[in-house]
Amino acid sequence: MRRVFSGLAFPISVVALWELLGQAGIASEDSFSRPSLVVLALARTLADGSLLTQTGETFLSAIAGLVIAAALAIAIGTVLGLFRALERIATLTIEALRPVPSVALIPVALLVFGFGPGMSVSVVAFACFWPMLIVTISAVRGIDPRLIEVGRMLGFPLAVRIRKFALPAALPGIMVGFRIAAGIAIVVAVTVEIAANPRGLGYGMIIAQQSLNTDIMWATLVWLGLVGWLANWGLLAIEHRWLRWFWSARNE
Amino acid sequence: MRRAAWMLASLAFLASVVLAWKLVADARLVNPMFLPGPGPAFATLKGWIVSGELWEPLGKTVWRMFAGWFAASLLGVLLGAAIASSARARAFFAPTAEFLRPLPASAVLPPAALLLGLSDTMIVSVIAFGAIWPILLGAIHGFKAIDPRLVEVARMLRFSPLERVLKFQLPNALPEIFAGMRVSLALSLILTVVAEMLSSQPGLGHMVLVAARSFRSADIFAGIFVLGVLGFLTNSLMQHLEAYLLRWRPAHSGG
Repeated sequence: MRRVFSGLAFPISVVALWELLGQAGIASEDSFSRPSLVVLALARTLADGSLLTQTGETFLSAIAGLVIAAALAIAIGTVLGLFRALERIATLTIEALRPVPSVALIPVALLVFGFGPGMSVSVVAFACFWPMLIVTISAVRGIDPRLIEVGRMLGFPLAVRIRKFALPAALPGIMVGFRIAAGIAIVVAVTVEIAANPRGLGYGMIIAQQSLNTDIMWATLVWLGLVGWLANWGLLAIEHRWLRWFWSARNE
Repeated sequence: MRRAAWMLASLAFLASVVLAWKLVADARLVNPMFLPGPGPAFATLKGWIVSGELWEPLGKTVWRMFAGWFAASLLGVLLGAAIASSARARAFFAPTAEFLRPLPASAVLPPAALLLGLSDTMIVSVIAFGAIWPILLGAIHGFKAIDPRLVEVARMLRFSPLERVLKFQLPNALPEIFAGMRVSLALSLILTVVAEMLSSQPGLGHMVLVAARSFRSADIFAGIFVLGVLGFLTNSLMQHLEAYLLRWRPAHSGG
């Protein structure tokens, strides 16, 4: 209880100070909306559905990009993880492409897809692909070689060896990569919206700022923090549960 | 000899990827308005270098990136040391930090634009805010994870708290701080590009976005190439610096 209190003391005092400065007219209303007004704006935008629509747009872009990246990265990563020589040869190319900042692709995505979901999805997919690929390669490489050997001895074809032996054994590692990529997906989706794409929570903030609806801008930022924190927490919980299931199933 | 063969094979693979790009572009499988071949892209880059057009935006981007990153590193290490050194400070600030950390750093751009205007100060502040988290978390963890026996030794030597931090805890925390700084460096480049796109301040980010708006795809790819090289160079520079500065650590002596 005391820990909760001391953890809350800092943010509460910041918010209180902010409110007081706003009431006293010291902090300009044009840039610092008072917290009480921000809460009202949050309630208003939630009630009229605009915030939820934007949240849906942002999350759909993030999830679609993440799924595309995961499918590609798991497929390519499994092949590279199983065939060491191929991986060694491809490493230079991967290391040459990986440092390209994902947001540098926004202009290409803008040209190819125009404004709309495709632009966000493609940039998110590029950003999520690399961490998932690296994690998948190392997870597949870390599989007990005897397991693969058994599959080969039993005369299973390659596709079956991958599906029945390699992938299940590499799944915990792949899941860790998936959670990292999921965090990246939301950040990149919002970033694309802020930089160029007129949809979602990122654009909601930009348009609120430009039309001087400062309270709505702060409300969207607070909402984004809440939703992002919840998503992160949910993913951790799922991973935890799922991995526990995985280990107990394996130990039976 | 064997290494040379692997290197050659790696280069051949990279070359075949570029060749595939060229073939796809030449066969016009993709509209050339979207995908220029490697030829036009590199010709544009060469033009920029010859005319000197590249240096000003590149310099601005690099300057902003490093200014924000230095600020984040300095603040991150100082705050991290302060938070790690006292349990009360940890209880006070850690929950707020945990809440702020998953917030997309680019999301502070609109408020920052409102408060600081579309200026260099705004861009550097946003980079500093966004890039501080990996360094801060690394520093907190690194400063905290000191061997209790070393604390004992410090007490026997009658070190002041400052001496203990500088002589024992900082060297101990350095590997984690450097790891955080490397992640932050990549983040700084991303944030610089986004901030330049949003604020229309001259820089590589603004340059590629303007190229997209006027459908100059060769310019976009040349810009992306420069940004990729920048990301690659800064990352490997940091890696080498890290290895050099941490060469006294037994764990790093193997290479």
